[in-house]
Amino acid sequence: MESERQQAPRECSPAPGQRAREAGEPAASPAQIEARGLAYARGGRAIFRDVSCRFPRGRISVVAAASGGGKTTLLRMIACLIRPDRGEIHVDGAGELVRMSDAEVRAFRRRVGMLFQFGALLDTLSVYENVALPLREHSRLSEVEIAAEVRRVFEAVGLEGVDDLLPGELSGGMVKRAGLARALIERPDILLCDEPFSGLDPPTVRRVEDLLLRVNERVGATMIITSHHTESTLRIADHLVMLLEGEAVEGAPLELVHGGDERVVDFFREPEAAPRGVGAR
Amino acid sequence: MSPTGAVSALGAWTLGAVRDLGRFSVFSAAVANAGRRPPLRLRRLVDEIYDTGVLSLLIVCVSGFAVGMVLALQGHNTLSRFGADAQLGAVVGLALIRELGPVLTSLLVAGRAGSAMAAEIATMVVTEQLDGLRMMSVDPLDFVVAPKAFAMILSMPLLSTLFVLFGIFGGYAIGVVVLGGDGGTYMSSLEDAVEFSEDVLGGLVKGTVFGVLVGFVATYRGFTATPTSAGVSAAATSTVVIASVATLIVDYFITALWGV
Repeated sequence: MESERQQAPRECSPAPGQRAREAGEPAASPAQIEARGLAYARGGRAIFRDVSCRFPRGRISVVAAASGGGKTTLLRMIACLIRPDRGEIHVDGAGELVRMSDAEVRAFRRRVGMLFQFGALLDTLSVYENVALPLREHSRLSEVEIAAEVRRVFEAVGLEGVDDLLPGELSGGMVKRAGLARALIERPDILLCDEPFSGLDPPTVRRVEDLLLRVNERVGATMIITSHHTESTLRIADHLVMLLEGEAVEGAPLELVHGGDERVVDFFREPEAAPRGVGAR
Repeated sequence: MSPTGAVSALGAWTLGAVRDLGRFSVFSAAVANAGRRPPLRLRRLVDEIYDTGVLSLLIVCVSGFAVGMVLALQGHNTLSRFGADAQLGAVVGLALIRELGPVLTSLLVAGRAGSAMAAEIATMVVTEQLDGLRMMSVDPLDFVVAPKAFAMILSMPLLSTLFVLFGIFGGYAIGVVVLGGDGGTYMSSLEDAVEFSEDVLGGLVKGTVFGVLVGFVATYRGFTATPTSAGVSAAATSTVVIASVATLIVDYFITALWGV
C-alpha cells in the first residue's frame, strides 16, 4: 500500500489505513459493515449471486467492478435504498439492515452520509440551502449556528462563493464537492460515495481524491467508494472489494491486484497500446 | 390473438389496474397523513400555490371568458326561438356554476399544472433527488409531495370560481354588449336562478373533489415514474389522460348521486 501511495505523491495527509500500516499495525481492523450472502436479480439477470464482504471501520474501502457489475447496487443496499432478495448486512451499532423497520432505517441514515454520482442536490434550492437542509430538518440549531456549520463543511470541501448559486449553475467538480458537503454536515460515521471520479477531468479527479483522503483523515468516517477508475482506486483505497460475476473478492489493494485472480489482474492491467499516432512514422 | 390469449391479456390488464388502484389508494393515504404531521411546511405550500394557482390564472380566466361568450351565443340562438331571451343570464350562470366551471377548470389545470407537477417529481426520481432526501432522513412525501398535492386541492376551487366569474362576464359581453340584451335582465335572471347552498356550494365541492383527483394523480404518476427520460414524459402524459377521464367520470357520479 505504501508503494501505491508513492505512485501518486500528494500534499495531503496519508489516510488512516496507510498510517496504520506505516506504524506496523495489522492491516485488518474490525469490520463496521459486513455483507453476507447477498443475492439480487433484476429483469431476469442475477446482479449478485452470493456477495459477502466487509468494510473496516475508519478506512477507505473501494468497491470496484466493471460497468453494470453491481457497485451502485451494493452501495444502495448499504444505504437501505434497495433490499436484496437474500442475504444480510450487519452494521456495528445498528444491527441487521435488511430486516429493519422504516423508523429504524431513518435512524440509521442519520449516521450515514451519501454522495450520489450526480450530486442529487435539490435543483430548486441554492447550494447553501441544500447543505443546510439536514440541520434545519433534524436539529434545533439557530440560523447563526447552522451558518457556522455550513461554513465548516464548505471549508472542508474547498467550496466558496457558491452559497446563492443553484446546483445547475455549478461545474461537475463543484457539484461533487457540494454533494460531499451535504453528506458531511451531520458528521456521519459512515460515508458512501457513488462514483465520485466519474465525468471529471484528471486534475479534478486528483482534487476529489485529495478531498476524500482529507475528509477521511479529519472525520475518521468509514468510507465506501464505488469506482471503476483503477488509478484512483489504487491511490486512495485501504481496502478493495472487487465484484466479479455476482461474487466478491476482497483484500488489501496490492495483494489483490498482484494476486492470483486473473480477473482482478486483468481489470487493473494498464493499457499497453501506445497513443494513436505514436510510432506511426 | 387466440380467444384464450385475449382473455388472459384482459385478466392481466385488470389485475394490473386493480393493483395500481390499490397502490394509488395507499399513496394517497400516506400523502394525506404526511400533510397532517408537523412541521407545517407553509413556505413550500405557498410556493406551490403560486406555481399551481397563480401561474394558471391567465389560461383559466381567458378560457372562462371564451366559454361564457360561446354559451351566450348558443343560448341566445336557442332561447330566442321560445321567446325566452330574458333567461340568458340564468342559462349561462347555471351551466357555468354547476358543470362547466369545475369540469373545464379541472381539465385545464390538469393539462398545465398537473402535467408539470408530475414531470417535476419524475425528474426528481430520475436525478436521485428523492433518494437524496431519503438519505437525509427527510420523507419525500412530506417534503415534496404533500405541499404539491395540497396546493392543488386549495387552488382548484378558487380557480374554478374565477373561471365562472369570467364566464359570466363573457356571457354578459355577448348577450348585452354585442347582441343588445338588457344588462339588468341578464343579472336579475342569474340572481333569481342561482341558489347559493345548492349551486354555488355544489360547484365549490366539485372543484375541491377535482383538486384532490388531479393533485393525487399528478403526484402519484410522478412519484412512481420509471427513472428514465421516457418515464418522465409518460408520467406527464398519463397524468393529463387519467386526471381528465377521472374528472369526467367522477363528475357524472357526483351529479347523479347528489344532484349537484
